[in-house]
Amino acid sequence: MAYVIPKETYSGKVLGVDFGKGDNILKIGGENALPFLSFEGEIPNRPVIAYEVQDTVPVEWPETVKNQYKDVSDNAVNWAKYCQNELKAQAIALRLLSTHPDRENRSPEDAAKTVKEILSAINVPLIILGSNHVEKDASVLVAAAEAASGYNCIIGKAQEGNYKTIVAAALAHNHKLIAMSELDINLAKQLNILITQMGFDKEKLMTDPMCSALGYGLEYTYSVMERIRIAALLQNDATMQPPIVGDVGMYVWKIKEVSAKESDIPEWGLLEDRGIAWEAVTATAMIIAGTNLLIMRHSKAIETVQKVIEELI
Amino acid sequence: MLVIGEKISIIAKKVREAMMSRDPKPIQEIAEEQWKAGATLIDVNIGPAEEKGEELMTWMVESIQEKVPLPLCIDTTNPQAIEAGLKAHNNQWGRPLINSTSNESERFVMLELAAKYNVQVIGLTLGKGGLPADAEERCEIAAEIMARAAEYGVPLEDIYLDPLILQVCTMQDQALHSLKAIKMFQELNDPPMKTVVGLSNISNGVPKQMRSLIDRVYLTLLMYEGLTAAIMNPLDKELMDILKTTDVFLGKTLYADAYLEM
Repeated sequence: MAYVIPKETYSGKVLGVDFGKGDNILKIGGENALPFLSFEGEIPNRPVIAYEVQDTVPVEWPETVKNQYKDVSDNAVNWAKYCQNELKAQAIALRLLSTHPDRENRSPEDAAKTVKEILSAINVPLIILGSNHVEKDASVLVAAAEAASGYNCIIGKAQEGNYKTIVAAALAHNHKLIAMSELDINLAKQLNILITQMGFDKEKLMTDPMCSALGYGLEYTYSVMERIRIAALLQNDATMQPPIVGDVGMYVWKIKEVSAKESDIPEWGLLEDRGIAWEAVTATAMIIAGTNLLIMRHSKAIETVQKVIEELI
Repeated sequence: MLVIGEKISIIAKKVREAMMSRDPKPIQEIAEEQWKAGATLIDVNIGPAEEKGEELMTWMVESIQEKVPLPLCIDTTNPQAIEAGLKAHNNQWGRPLINSTSNESERFVMLELAAKYNVQVIGLTLGKGGLPADAEERCEIAAEIMARAAEYGVPLEDIYLDPLILQVCTMQDQALHSLKAIKMFQELNDPPMKTVVGLSNISNGVPKQMRSLIDRVYLTLLMYEGLTAAIMNPLDKELMDILKTTDVFLGKTLYADAYLEM
């Protein structure tokens, strides 16, 4: 008797979300099978990788990743253009880090200005991220959403402590939204419910259950993402069906394995290769768990993950 | 768990009058209320419908699906009316369910219709010998229904076995037999057989103010045994809350503080 591959049938479907404009519009999600199991269902869109760009010099980034951007990183517009034109980025993720009270504490108006400048300099879709300061993000992201009105961006991240104003701004200016919770699947679900109860269309929502780097809690992120996907597909839980975002770069490029000198720990191998490998391996785990949109830093790590995606699909 | 809304039944005076006068509005309203309260299918019980059954069922199916995007549970003993209902049914909203076949020869035709229209069917474990005595007898009847379904070409995953819930006030021991049957039915096949009950049968004949309590507790026990679907009242908010909470305990719904609102 011929071997028949056992197949799972899924009752649910991940929602499809698009962002950007015109010919450069990108679509993520839409699958009705677990990641890469295309023999069990339809997987219409590949995971997308966005290049992270900051509105302030990335002083805290390790040399190996900072060097790549050394000629452009003092100016967010140049940096974004470089990622689009030279590195062929599919999308840009602008992190408005300078607005953080512990950094330059720049105003929401300044942030809005940067957003406008970048939008007029690039064609690829833009993701606009705050500095992850709950109170400040509430005002910064509102100003950014208004500045980007009409560009169909992704705005984030809305958290339990600030979602109301950010959701209202995304709603008013017709953007997509990232809802973020801290490694707790029940809170992730609760936040999605609260956001949709404000009248925000769940088909415009994305969920970020919080990332972590390999060796620093990756298995928790992996498990939460996996359970989100299982709830969405096998339990047809509509609140868990938004695409998943993995903000990988910021968690990888701060751990000791990507910055410890070769002279200190020679058995760890070449520093640059180590960092690239660390980001690529972390990101690959995320897409296997179900991430639809990755935010990454090193171009070689991004290329590697893109190759993995191509080979898996 | 699947909730099959029970409110559109000829037994209810308001529904019966609307059926007789072919006034779609009250029926559509009850269907919409049940849909909004969380029903996943709507039962359409027109009784024996010996006269004009086909025309009545067609009208019912069309009237309801004009307002509510759900599949229907076509409920009558008249096979011609069932067939008319299946023909009128809008499968865009999901596959309909025939209510019901059993181990009585006059009900075999329901399996023929299920196969012909590729729909799901309830298999009531009722045979020629009258009410089943216990869980084992229910299983014997279920096995016969399953064998007959195979003959007619109805896939087993399209059958919902119904243990026939009997009223607790006069047949107390049957409550436990039916619970046991729900568990045993599932073991009759791999993947497990689906199961369904007419929930409010359990509280027939008890004082009105106690019916809801009896339904709620019994539903929890049935769900624990693995029940797939219940024909029940989705407008009973507390019953629905208990169902949702039980689904959380059973790991079928992911917990969030607002799970009752979903």
